Amino acid sequence: MRVTVRLFARLRDLAGSGELVREVASPATVRSVWQGLVGDIPALEEYERTMSVAVNTDYAKMSAAVSEGDEVAFLPPVSGG
Amino acid sequence: MDLQAQSKPGPAMMAVPLVAVTAEPLDLAALSRVLAESAAADGAMTSFAGLVRDHNQGRRVSYLEYEAYEPLAVKALNLIIEESSMFWPTARVGVHHRTGRLDIGETSIIIVAASPHRSEAFAACRYTIERVKQIVPIWKHEHFEGGDVWLEGATADPGDEAARNEARRIACA
Repeated sequence: MRVTVRLFARLRDLAGSGELVREVASPATVRSVWQGLVGDIPALEEYERTMSVAVNTDYAKMSAAVSEGDEVAFLPPVSGG
Repeated sequence: MDLQAQSKPGPAMMAVPLVAVTAEPLDLAALSRVLAESAAADGAMTSFAGLVRDHNQGRRVSYLEYEAYEPLAVKALNLIIEESSMFWPTARVGVHHRTGRLDIGETSIIIVAASPHRSEAFAACRYTIERVKQIVPIWKHEHFEGGDVWLEGATADPGDEAARNEARRIACA
């Protein structure tokens, strides 16, 4: 199935794009989407412990289920204000 | 310019929301007016503005670019206002955050808090900026003399009670 991956800030720079359509095996979780992504872009791995994730614009956990068409976002530590 | 038409309220005039993430310049007076409109019971209004500084960690900053995950940033700002109203039920808060390129001296965030007495307004305002830095998905891309760097602060976790308590502690200090 297909999901849309959103990447921000340095994660976006490392991936070369802020939005990727990815093919993932079903059933999928945020973690399995992430692992597939890191497999293709190993430089992202350093963020595994410090990032936050969101599914369909709500904060989520790595164990959250992901369905066809979902938007999965990986967010490096924030620095707004 | 047709001043008459501009000052006339109506559907043509854009209502100023309490929460916004926008690429447009921020207007502290407009946000203050919105809170003042329903402030008959309030004796205090306080505000905070964040500005782009010309130095950071020993670097001479040229300008900042702010990037946001806008739908989640708006939700996170609304969550902060909800949290604030649990801690200080009499305080009302509005917050606008800017995105895109900001030059030195430009305003990146404005917060306005109104309450019957000053202590709640000050606390709610301070709490809001502390929480923004903890959980709102917005990032600074700093361009400085000799390079550029993404600034990375806190891991955003709205459910982290320790972080929430720390923001509350600072707000009440």
